[in-house]
Amino acid sequence: MVSIKDRAEKAVNKQAAIGADIDLNEYEAADVEAHRHIDSLDDLTKSDKETLTSVGMMTDEEDRSASFLQMDQSEVFVNNMFPGVEVMGTAQALEKYDWLADYMWKAVQVDADKYTATTELGAKSGYFIRSLPGTKLELPIQACMYIGDDAVRQTAHNIIIAEEGSEINIITGCSTAAHVDNAAHIGVSEFYLKKDSKITFTMVHNWAKEVDVRPRTGVIMDDNSTYISNYILTKPVRNLQAYPTAYANGQNTKVFFQSILAGKDDSVIDQGSRTELNGINSQSEMITRAISEDQSTIITRGDLHGKAHEAKGHLECMGLILSDDSKIYSIPELRGDCTDMELSHEAAVGKIAEAEIQYLMARGLTEDEAASMIVRGFLDIDIKGLPEELAKETKNIMDLSMEGM
Amino acid sequence: MLLEISDLEVEVEGKKILNGVNLIINEGETHVLLGPNGAGKSTLFMTILGFPNYKVTNGKIIYKGQDITKLETHERIALGLGVTFQNPPAIRGVKLKDLLKIVDKQEYKSNDELDEEVIKLGERLKLNEQFLERDVNLGFSGGEVKRSELLQLLAQQPDFIMFDEPDSGVDIENVELISKEISTLLDQNNENSQKGGLLITHLGYILRFVDATHAHVLIDGKITRTGNPEEIMTDIRKSGFGEA
Repeated sequence: MVSIKDRAEKAVNKQAAIGADIDLNEYEAADVEAHRHIDSLDDLTKSDKETLTSVGMMTDEEDRSASFLQMDQSEVFVNNMFPGVEVMGTAQALEKYDWLADYMWKAVQVDADKYTATTELGAKSGYFIRSLPGTKLELPIQACMYIGDDAVRQTAHNIIIAEEGSEINIITGCSTAAHVDNAAHIGVSEFYLKKDSKITFTMVHNWAKEVDVRPRTGVIMDDNSTYISNYILTKPVRNLQAYPTAYANGQNTKVFFQSILAGKDDSVIDQGSRTELNGINSQSEMITRAISEDQSTIITRGDLHGKAHEAKGHLECMGLILSDDSKIYSIPELRGDCTDMELSHEAAVGKIAEAEIQYLMARGLTEDEAASMIVRGFLDIDIKGLPEELAKETKNIMDLSMEGM
Repeated sequence: MLLEISDLEVEVEGKKILNGVNLIINEGETHVLLGPNGAGKSTLFMTILGFPNYKVTNGKIIYKGQDITKLETHERIALGLGVTFQNPPAIRGVKLKDLLKIVDKQEYKSNDELDEEVIKLGERLKLNEQFLERDVNLGFSGGEVKRSELLQLLAQQPDFIMFDEPDSGVDIENVELISKEISTLLDQNNENSQKGGLLITHLGYILRFVDATHAHVLIDGKITRTGNPEEIMTDIRKSGFGEA
C-alpha cells in the first residue's frame, strides 16, 4: 500500500484543479519553536490583541469554552475551560490517541494538490477539537491561525470531531499581524460529525493585502447530523481559493454553507461550496452574497450533487458589482444522479438599483449613506441554527468586520 | 406660502416632461393632482424631491421662502419635505425598523431600540412590532406597502407632504384607515394647520375621505385646469381628461 507520505511527495508540485498556481517556495516554512508559549492571551501585544478581536477571538476569553492560538507554525496558547470538549494541538492529539491516525486525510485527500501535500510534509501543527458524546455546549470554542512574520508559509492540519449526540459552536479567526504584508496560509480542516451531532463553524478571515490563502476543507457526516458554516471575508487578500466539501453521507443530514465576500483592492477571491447529498433525505442550502469593489475579482462556485432519494438542495448566489473595474463570476452547478431528489439554484449579479438609492434618499440619507445601507443590508444574511446569544455575537463580528464599508 | 413652483421645465434622460408648471400651495391646503398616465405627475414629485436624473432646465421651486431648486434631496428632506411612494422598491436586509430610525427625529445609536411612540404609531396602522422587523417592502401586500409608507411619514412629521397614489391597490377598509392618517399628517382638523399636501390619485375615491382644497389637471407636462376638486372630478368622470 502506498503510504500517506508517499502520496504527498508525489503531489508536492501538483497544481490545484482551480485557482492561480502559487509558488510556495516564495515563502518560508516557519520553525515550530519560533514562538514561545504564552500563559494568557492577555500577554499578547496591544496590536495583536486588536487584530484577534477583529476576527472574533476574544482575548479575555469571556463567553468562550476553549481557546487555541497558532502563530506561524507554533502553537502558542491552548486553554480548555469546559469538560466535554477537548482542544489541543493536532501533533499532541496524535500522540495521545492512536485512533486519530484513522481520521487523517479521510475528508480531504492528501494528494489533492500541492497545498495538501505540503501540509502533510511540513511540521505538524493545527488544532484538534473533539466534543465527547452527548456534550451540548452553547459557549463557542475559539481558534485562531495567526501569521506573525513576513514571508511565512503557514500550514495547519485541523481535525474536528463531534461525537454522537454532541453539539458545539466554533469561531475561528484567521489573520496577519499588522506589520505583515505578504505570507501564505494553507489550512486543512477535516470535520467528522457522528450520529445526531451538530457543529456550527463561523470563520472570519482578515488577511493582509499580499497574502495567498488556500484552505482545504472536507466534512464527513453521519445520520441526523447538522453542519453549519458561516464564512466572512471582508478585507483585502491577494489570492484566495477554497472549495469546502460536505459529504452528507448519513440519512437526514443537514448542511448550510453561508458566505459573505467583499472584494477590495486587487483581491482575487475564488470561493465555493459543495455538498454531496449521499444520504436519504439529506439536505443542503448554500448561500453566497458577494460585493466587488476597486479592481477585485470574485468567483463564487456552488456544486450540489444529489445522489440519494429525497435529497434536497438549494444554491443561491447574489452579487453586487460596485466598481467598473471589478468582476463577479457566479458558477452554479447542479448534478442529479437519481429520481426523487430536488436541486435548485438562484443567481443574480448586478449593480445597486437606482430606485433603492432614491427611496432611501427620500428618507433623508445622502447618496453615499443610502448605498452603504443597501450594501450592508445585502450582506446581512440571517445566520441559521445558532443559539440566540451566539447569533447576536456572530452578527457583531460581522458588523465589526464590515466597519468602514 | 409653503411651496411655490414657477415656470418649471424638466427633462428626464434628454426628454422634456414638464413644460412650465406653476403651482402655489399654502399652509393648511391639500391639493390634488389629476391627469392621464404619462402626463408628468410623478415627474413633478421627483423633481420637488430633487432626484438627480430629473433635470430642471427652467423655473424655480421655492419652499418656505427658500429657493431649493439646486439643493440635494437629503437637504430638502431636512427642511421638511416628505413623500409616500406608489410602488416603493423592496430592499433586502434593510428592515422597516431601520428606516423608521432614520426618519424619526430622535437620534439613534446602532443598537438602540425603536422609540415606543413609533411602535405605537405602527400599531395604529396595523403594523405590529414583529412586522417592523421585516425587510422593507419585501413581500408586503398592497395595503401593507401604503401603511408602511404612511408610518414612515408619521415618524418623520414633514411639513409638506406628497402622496403618490396612496389608494391604489388598496381595499376599501384600508382606504378609510389610510385617509384618516393622511388627514392626521396634514393636521386637517386644525384650522391653523401649518402643513400642506399634494396628492396624486387616479381613482379619486380617496377624496371622499380626505378633504382636498384644490385640484389641478396636468396634461402633457402643463397644468391645464385648476379649481374645486369636486367639480373637476365630476367633469373627468363624465368626459375624461380631455374635456376637463
